[in-house]
Amino acid sequence: MRHTISVLVENEFGVLTRIAGLFSGRGFNIESLSVAPTLDPTLSRMTIVTSGDDRIIEQVNKQLNKLIDTIKIIDFTGEDFIEREMALIKVNAEDSTRAEILRICDIFRGKVVDVTPKCYTVEVTGSPVKVNAIIDLLRPMGIKELVRSGPVVLGRGPKGWKGN
Amino acid sequence: MKLTGSKILLESLSLEGVDTIFGYPGGTVINIYDDLMGSSIKHILTRHEQAAVHAADGYARATGKVGVAIATSGPGATNTITGIANAYMDSIPMVVITGQVPTGLIGNDAFQEADLVGITRPITKHNYLVKDIKDLARIIKQAFYIARTGRPGPVVVDLPKDIQMATTKFEYPETVELRGYKPTFSGNVRMIEKAIKMMLSAKKPVLYVGGGATLTDAHAELMELAETLQAPVTTTLMGMASFPTRHPLSLGMLGMHGTYYANMAVTNSDLLIALGARFDDRVTGKIDTFAPHAKIIHVDVDPTSIKKNVRVDLPIVGDLRDVLKKMNKALGEKKEDVAQANEAHKPWLEEIAAWRKEHPMSYKPSKTEIKPQFVIEKLRELSNDDAIITTEVGQHQMWTAQFFEFTQPRTFLSSGGLGTMGYGLPAALGAQAAFPERQVIDVSGDGSFQMNSQELATLVQYRLPVKIVILNNNFLGMVRQWQQLFFDKRYSQTCMELPIDFTKLAEAYGATGLKATKPEEVEEVIKKAFATPGPVIMEFKISREENVMPMVPSGAALNEMVLAS
Ligand SMILES: Cc1ncc(C[n+]2csc(CCOP(=O)(O)OP(=O)(O)O)c2C)c(N)n1
Ligand SMILES: [Mg+2]
Repeated sequence: MRHTISVLVENEFGVLTRIAGLFSGRGFNIESLSVAPTLDPTLSRMTIVTSGDDRIIEQVNKQLNKLIDTIKIIDFTGEDFIEREMALIKVNAEDSTRAEILRICDIFRGKVVDVTPKCYTVEVTGSPVKVNAIIDLLRPMGIKELVRSGPVVLGRGPKGWKGN
Repeated sequence: MKLTGSKILLESLSLEGVDTIFGYPGGTVINIYDDLMGSSIKHILTRHEQAAVHAADGYARATGKVGVAIATSGPGATNTITGIANAYMDSIPMVVITGQVPTGLIGNDAFQEADLVGITRPITKHNYLVKDIKDLARIIKQAFYIARTGRPGPVVVDLPKDIQMATTKFEYPETVELRGYKPTFSGNVRMIEKAIKMMLSAKKPVLYVGGGATLTDAHAELMELAETLQAPVTTTLMGMASFPTRHPLSLGMLGMHGTYYANMAVTNSDLLIALGARFDDRVTGKIDTFAPHAKIIHVDVDPTSIKKNVRVDLPIVGDLRDVLKKMNKALGEKKEDVAQANEAHKPWLEEIAAWRKEHPMSYKPSKTEIKPQFVIEKLRELSNDDAIITTEVGQHQMWTAQFFEFTQPRTFLSSGGLGTMGYGLPAALGAQAAFPERQVIDVSGDGSFQMNSQELATLVQYRLPVKIVILNNNFLGMVRQWQQLFFDKRYSQTCMELPIDFTKLAEAYGATGLKATKPEEVEEVIKKAFATPGPVIMEFKISREENVMPMVPSGAALNEMVLAS
């Protein structure tokens, strides 16, 4: 099963390697990982998407916790949370397809952020499902290049988690 | 007053109570070595950095203190890797200081540069590259704290040469602040109460004890629990010596080369109480058939150990000694229930006694050949109760675990998790450095001995009177045994074609060499070795194709033991 886990870590040299190395060393899956400093610059927040059965996910959580640089972990699975990911998509734009691309973009509340005579670069944000959907729709036009950020997540509701 | 980094390091070590360190010099630690000359810390120069780390490990296992080793950058540092991995697998508290090229050169493929923090990340509890002299004292403080608390383990501090030479005001922090590291010490009282209920209602309990009992010095508490409950005790290789082998409740070791009765007890038990043990595959055999009828209580300080390999009915996270104290206290308040439980355990103890009678630990004695088990028995008979035994890895290690009877804690030092040939001699060196007056004996194989035999020089130089037993079968015996049993006796590369005269090797280093080739010489050689000052090698030419039995073949269930070959 797919699990989205937020990890609050010391914003220190080598932390990313420790986390990535833990996953590879123990054979855990890592689907995506995104990381950046928090409001408190001594901390970083990671969002990791992983998958495995209950026993493996329990180990993932415990092993992450065991790292000295890890301060807190939330497994959002089963919680009410917002999940967003951004994609930049460079797509062929011919005379015949330009209007269609713009229409699709509009439907997904995307933006064209770079234009050349032969191609548009589209920026879109949303749940991974939504990002998948726009990619599927643009694929027939010819996607020249694509980059996805991997999801970031936040719990719903007023309750804040120190991992700001 | 401002101090240099290397002075700060040594001052910090002193403040941590370090009196002895093991190491090997080189360009990037030359400043530290210069300062060592005026320091009160005793430095022991081993002949290889791997041995320095194993010696620090042996020192730590024998004393319970944090072991310290030091090596230069590049090859010195990479030579420490096996020692660090070994300590990591067995949760041994240790701090390893490595020199590093100056910060300005890091990443440039500088002379003798190796990314030690990168290399040791998966084999340390934590590691540091010191990039600013101002962080040094804090990092040393944290390193020692992390190494000895929670589940202990090795911590590497990689110290660039320019940081050793830089100066700053030295203030050793009083406290450690690590917001991400708060190991649970105190066992949850409600869980402990539940455990007590389970213990009191069990008919066939078994205490399964691992290295945690030694690491937390919980021997007295373990004894109290076992005797109060009248529950049999089996230990892992790492748990050996935390419960006296001769105690009526002792079942000896379980697992691949465990006793028949320990493995039968675990297989038939209705309550397995795992104390500071981690259900290693060498212990469980085939996991699906391990303790099939038992509820499992698992006490461990490391939450990742719990439910990693087996299902657990009741987990208790905490320091083993703390948990045992609480259990004993709770049981002390339930005298009647305890008496009833003791009564209920009687048939169980009888069942176990019958297994013990059916297949005791035994071997076929010989009048013509030296049996390795016989040597171990004689060794036990003739050595002191507080003798510290170390081993290498192989058949000789298992025979020692099976036939040496331990009475005191921290007297059996053996490489459990990593299974490192070459561990025993330097570990004995470290233990002897800690206890110059005690008997320290390395039980070795002819193969393993040659992995760190250079340490004979260190023993002689520092007058460390380690006694070395070499059970010489001229084979990589344990591998040969597997080849005999599972590969049709095809002895591929396990016969050491070149017989070595180990007594001559001893003499070359200025140690004493003794040899026995017949059973009647065994006792005399051991007695003579113990009466000889300084390090002694006792070489025993043993029956070459003797096997370690019983044996649970890899992947079989514990009750599918092969009893004799
Ligand atoms: C460093 C290392 N290399 C290889 C092995 C694999 N191995 C395990 S036991 C063994 C044989 C050990 O031979 P010896 O020391 O003579 O002991 P014996 O089994 O003959 O008593 C080997 C090669 C190991 N455990 N450690
Ligand atoms: Mg051998």
